[in-house]
Amino acid sequence: MKPPHGGKLVYRVDEKKDIDGISVIEINEDVAKDIENIAYGIFSPLEGFMCKSDFENVLEHMRLENDVAWTIPIVFDIENKIREGEEVLLKAKSGTTAIFEVEEVYKYDKKEYAEKVFKTTDIAHPGVKRVMEMKDKLAGGKITLVKEGKEKFEKYYLKPYETRILFKEKGWKDIVAFQTRNVPHIGHEYVQKTALTFADGIFINPIIGKKKKGDFKDEVILRSYEALIENYYLKNRAVMSILRTTMRYAGPKEAIFHAIIRKNFGCTHFIVGRDHAGVGNYYGPYEAHDIFNEFPDLGITPLFFRSFFFCKKCGGVVNEKICPHGKEHHIYYSGTAIRKMIMNGETPPETMMRKEVANIIMSYENPFID
Amino acid sequence: MTEKEGKGKYTTVSIPTPLAEKIKRRIEGTGFNSISSYVTYVLRELLASMEEEEEEVFSKEDEEKIKERLRALGYLD
Ligand SMILES: [Zn+2]
Repeated sequence: MKPPHGGKLVYRVDEKKDIDGISVIEINEDVAKDIENIAYGIFSPLEGFMCKSDFENVLEHMRLENDVAWTIPIVFDIENKIREGEEVLLKAKSGTTAIFEVEEVYKYDKKEYAEKVFKTTDIAHPGVKRVMEMKDKLAGGKITLVKEGKEKFEKYYLKPYETRILFKEKGWKDIVAFQTRNVPHIGHEYVQKTALTFADGIFINPIIGKKKKGDFKDEVILRSYEALIENYYLKNRAVMSILRTTMRYAGPKEAIFHAIIRKNFGCTHFIVGRDHAGVGNYYGPYEAHDIFNEFPDLGITPLFFRSFFFCKKCGGVVNEKICPHGKEHHIYYSGTAIRKMIMNGETPPETMMRKEVANIIMSYENPFID
Repeated sequence: MTEKEGKGKYTTVSIPTPLAEKIKRRIEGTGFNSISSYVTYVLRELLASMEEEEEEVFSKEDEEKIKERLRALGYLD
């Protein structure tokens, strides 16, 4: 099995730790998810929230201070209540509880943060908006998870130490990871199966957590994938598990981040499609492909895909590398078109989406986030 | 492949001048904007390729517990 990012799988969990008398600070669910991701090594080699040197290096060079590739700041924004050198107990409504050893409290420039990570300071960009709403200081330091929060989809919440054993037990060596925040249409299925043809297994890893209005609800995404896997995948070739983190919509930089996470789960390959983790028109459709050129030491191989479509002349699902025919012969799988149909109460046709998947989606009165 | 040598720590490494000249010619018209950024790239690639396979850190007992959970959840038979 390939080593995790930075060489060692982080595991910072201590359920027996004495937490009596430590002052409590309430945290939101986004922070709670990041804490668990750190504690379970999903964000290896991070052992806590970034201190200033890591934060600045990530913005400036897309690397931690120790030269390990990293593109997205993992930071904790605070009010004045927290002081350097103290230990505080971070607690979320969902139950997530962690000890935070405050190593450093520092100021940062939100505009610079936005510009460097999102390549824009446009407040209409959901990632930028979130940064601009952050508190004015950041606190860095190690965390130790004392209690895991409640997770609605616990069955699908696998940690890297589990997936690594799972893949080994299944005898998988080449493992392709597929990131998603959408319900699957035929185009997605072909991307996954094309990659799977050359690998031992596929790790379908939907992002669960805060997304934007109009995105599919988490439950709809999971149940639609269940239907797809149940009916169209070999049981011993596909594993689904959730990734609990917020979408940042940082396009190319988030693609690298997403790849690193899947490396930590034990995957060897990572599928990068069109406009990965993008939003609006902030990033070029294949910018998230190009950025991988800058990371010869990532330790997980990106598999670049262009979109699949149906060609009436070929009589099958193809992509632009294998079909010589003109656009007039093509039917495109468009997430947007499918979304519109569903909003109008129309079931997407079988040429676009498997009927088992469509049926699941249509069984919801409102499958979208309000 | 731009490595802005602004913030961050750097050190100097000596390489033979003829090699530096070769690199200079090699990177003409590529995305590399300096000999340093090229050498950095190549070294990172080389070191990463030499990373060792990880030794599993679990005791037999821990591993068995993990497998039990995976079976209970239907991931393993
Ligand atoms: Zn064709």
